[in-house]
Amino acid sequence: MPDLLLELFSEEIPARMQRKAGEDLKKLVTDALVERGLVYEGAKAFVTPRRLALHVAGLPVRGRDVREERKGPRVGAPEAAVQGFLKAAGLSSLDQATIVSDPKKGDSYVAIIEKPGQETIQAIAEIVPAVIRSFPWPKSMRWGKASAAGASLRWVRPLHSILCTFGAETEDTEIVPFEVDGIVSGNVTYGHRFHAPGPITVKRLDDYVTSLEKAKVVLDADRRKETILTDARNLAFAQGLDLVEDEGLLEEVAGLVEWPVVLMGSFEERFLDIPGEAIRATIRANQKCFVLRDPATGNLTNRFILVSNLVASDGGVAITAGNGRVVRARLSDAAYFWQTDRGSLPDLDTLKDSAGKLGLDLAKPLDQRMAKLDKLGVVFHAKLGTQGERVQRIAALAKELAPIVGADPDKAERAAKLAKADLPTEMVGEFPELQGLMGRKYAELQGEDASVAAAVEEHYKPLGPSDRVPTDPVSVAVALADKLDTLVGFWAIDEKPTGSKDPYALRRAALGVIRLVVENEIRIGLAKFIELAAVPILSAEAEKFFAPSREQVAEVSSMLDQPEMVEAFENSSPMVEGWSDHVFHGVLRIQMQLLEFMHERIETQLKAQNHRYDLVRAVVSTSAVNEALLDEFGGLAEDVAGKLSGQDNPYLITRRVAALGRFLDTEDGKNLLAGYKRAANILKAEEKKDGEGAFAGSPDLHLIADAGLIEEKALAVALAQATPKAEAAVAAEDYEGAMAALAEIRPAVDAFFDKVTVNDPDPAQRANRLKLLNQLRQATRAVADFDRIAG
Amino acid sequence: MSALAQHSPATPSPALDPTRSFQGLLLTLQRFWAERGCVVLQPYDMEVGAGTFHPATTLRALGPKPWKAAYVQPSRRPKDGRYGENPNRLQHYYQFQVILKPSPPNLQELYLDSLRAIGVDLGLHDVRFVEDDWESPTLGAWGLGWECWCDGMEVSQFTYFQQVAGVECAPVAGELTYGLERLAMYVQGVENVYDLNFNGLDGEDRISYGDVFLQAEQEYSRHNFEHANTEMLFRHFSDAEAECKALLAAGEPAAGANQPRHELALPAYDQCIKASHIFNLLDARGVISVTERQSYILRVRELAKACGAAWLKTAGGGAI
Repeated sequence: MPDLLLELFSEEIPARMQRKAGEDLKKLVTDALVERGLVYEGAKAFVTPRRLALHVAGLPVRGRDVREERKGPRVGAPEAAVQGFLKAAGLSSLDQATIVSDPKKGDSYVAIIEKPGQETIQAIAEIVPAVIRSFPWPKSMRWGKASAAGASLRWVRPLHSILCTFGAETEDTEIVPFEVDGIVSGNVTYGHRFHAPGPITVKRLDDYVTSLEKAKVVLDADRRKETILTDARNLAFAQGLDLVEDEGLLEEVAGLVEWPVVLMGSFEERFLDIPGEAIRATIRANQKCFVLRDPATGNLTNRFILVSNLVASDGGVAITAGNGRVVRARLSDAAYFWQTDRGSLPDLDTLKDSAGKLGLDLAKPLDQRMAKLDKLGVVFHAKLGTQGERVQRIAALAKELAPIVGADPDKAERAAKLAKADLPTEMVGEFPELQGLMGRKYAELQGEDASVAAAVEEHYKPLGPSDRVPTDPVSVAVALADKLDTLVGFWAIDEKPTGSKDPYALRRAALGVIRLVVENEIRIGLAKFIELAAVPILSAEAEKFFAPSREQVAEVSSMLDQPEMVEAFENSSPMVEGWSDHVFHGVLRIQMQLLEFMHERIETQLKAQNHRYDLVRAVVSTSAVNEALLDEFGGLAEDVAGKLSGQDNPYLITRRVAALGRFLDTEDGKNLLAGYKRAANILKAEEKKDGEGAFAGSPDLHLIADAGLIEEKALAVALAQATPKAEAAVAAEDYEGAMAALAEIRPAVDAFFDKVTVNDPDPAQRANRLKLLNQLRQATRAVADFDRIAG
Repeated sequence: MSALAQHSPATPSPALDPTRSFQGLLLTLQRFWAERGCVVLQPYDMEVGAGTFHPATTLRALGPKPWKAAYVQPSRRPKDGRYGENPNRLQHYYQFQVILKPSPPNLQELYLDSLRAIGVDLGLHDVRFVEDDWESPTLGAWGLGWECWCDGMEVSQFTYFQQVAGVECAPVAGELTYGLERLAMYVQGVENVYDLNFNGLDGEDRISYGDVFLQAEQEYSRHNFEHANTEMLFRHFSDAEAECKALLAAGEPAAGANQPRHELALPAYDQCIKASHIFNLLDARGVISVTERQSYILRVRELAKACGAAWLKTAGGGAI
């Protein structure tokens, strides 16, 4: 079976696009082959900086023959119909048609058209040019003389030649003949740009790979990666050092060379004063080199690994020296940033207002940067104000949160005020990935409290499901404040994540809040802090809606020559009401929506951890939460936290879910759930007859005492004892205790269903027993809504 | 023997040796590209941020007419001033600019030959083309290409222009920009730009880059960061913007003209260049907030686009 070999030889393809381009080429060509019925045995794509190649093995020589019958007019039909048929079927006369007889319709003509299968080589000659013309490069370009015309070929960089051969293993291959914008397919490729630039004639994959290897081109990207990694580790090992491995960098570097040659360079030890993260960032981003660690200390060393594309005539001495020089230049830039960021800014006078507003000390470098960030008016989001305004909000919120998480409020406030101060530093400007980390270093250097400095870095955490959650209370306070401000802000302006779109990483922020609260075991009612975060944002918004009338009013008043009107108008009730309505309605809306979102995120989180996420809905109820919030809004509940009973606290929710899960795994739990379901089903059926709420209220204990069965009495007693116990335990956040209380009911429930007939002929007995079952439902509801538990 | 004959091309005078002399490097590149059919121009006589701003690139890249030019262009980046204390960063430096329209098929080879010409042994040094797409928000221009690395150092920028002044390039021009100081530091094996040998001579005849430019770097850094009069600059920005628009309007072909040609495209473009440089100075002085910054860039881009459109109505722009 013949194979196809295709190579598209171009100027250097960006490393980051190579792998995907290989996959695309394979998919597009093989899909098109299959669409034409050309089934293959295997396909593999290859990519180097200068070539995109594809091998498709085991193709047929040509497609299957197709036999098609085309029905024609009946014998004796008008001439026009006959001519039309002949033309459509490609026949020259009726002699070439067959006559078929049908007992009902009579005789008619049929043309039997036999199409021989298309030659595969011909199919390829049609497919490949089409794939090239519509190739999905993320960015493509035009070039050369041809680009004077509108519709010239686009490629990622100028395309120079196309190799395309087809043929069986033992025979000579043929060139698949086609042309794309003046480039004629052939059987020639070229080797390494410097080592073997001459033409190489190719037959098929075997000799293609070996000829290229001789011409200093490793075709397979994974092999290049392997070579680089092995050689780099060996070079490091020989010097007693550890390679700091970096898969992203490895992938990129393998896309920058056709023939990797790994070398080791060095720089002056004095540069090791620069934070190691900054050294790594500059060497990685700008030089695409790997750094090395001293295994004894774990610190970076003054060595680095570079990957060149040349077997240099001097063994790489000049290349190593040259790279060392550039690394040194980059590091002196980094050293300059490191030094500048620790010094004073010019024009400190212009920063006084900002410093005053934020309570910053302009004698300190990092404070100056925060003042500058505020002064520059860097916008966080057009509808959510500047970074300066945001920092003020976060600082106020962190201060409020501090006592709850056990942090010193002043430290939390200070940390929040410095948290974003590294954004205008030179170092973070150059390496955005160092944000937070540099802030911490600069905070430490200006003598900030250790917790404050740590919080400057850690307030961004956790950055994902596997990132570490901070534990220092100051970090926790600022991290929560930062994330709550973000969440509340975007909910306030109604930019919530939808489907796969979450441009502001709000899901991550919500998960961050959940993990911070859960892993630090914080008993915090989020509703209150959502309110605290929301009020300043909504007030600022409200001012925009309602305050512009100050100018309008001023204008009108001056026209009327009555300046006192401004004040009067501003304090008039429609104005104040408009403002307060906006804020209070907003708070309520955000609380409801955000808590619902949090509950969803808790489910997602539990699901990801293979826990029983279905139990979340058994312990929280959106309608109960909303009801509690509405009560508070209407001033009905002094203590919304009590009414919410922990449903706005991810830590309590997850603990409750865990306790419930464990309980349901026990025999008591399983049986109680079964008993509950039975009771609930009976109640539902009977309520249908007697009406909703027909069995609310307490059962008549006298009736039970006088005429009840022993099991009935036992259940009544058990419920009377267990219900308050369970409720008290839930209130005390002792969920295990609550489950234990429920477990005590279980034998009585089992015995009840075993011996007692609920639907007694005596209506009084029946009603009383149903009331008893309703009490069972109530008792369990104190702990969880068993209706929402699956199984 | 004449003085010329003493220094055959095989053994250039040290004053002209590209590996020993900064000016030798510059002259070698000029000669190399002159031999390949480029018109060798002189620097544009205005302050610009890069060689691309020279009308020989920005405007000549537009329109159908073939064009080949090479020139050195002093480039000013006020924000990059380091008071002469950084060995690699300058607020004034030289770019060597080559523009070939349409881009020839062997442009990469030509570029590598130019490196050979200035003494880079390609069997010894690792030259690489690393993705770096070029975009100039102020010029409304973008292109695809690479930074060219020599042993890890970016020595040139290589771009296939796709759009300039908001207009699609047809045909596409290839642009090469050599960072002359970097390249010279590389071939001279020098770590500090101020240590570059400028004239290639030794002893008391030696003139270094520092001799020529260190004082200027110090003075201009002070100017760019501390003393430039921002009030005046804001005014000058508005003036240049207004003048550019006025010239564009004045040069527009009269309605119903036989040959609808724009008559003031080049002077108008000068004002666009001026506005761009003033913006760079204001930016260095730190008096432009982030939001304002975007709007200034847009204002300059609008000028550049209008100038490009005017240029297409001139003979140079290929108007018929």
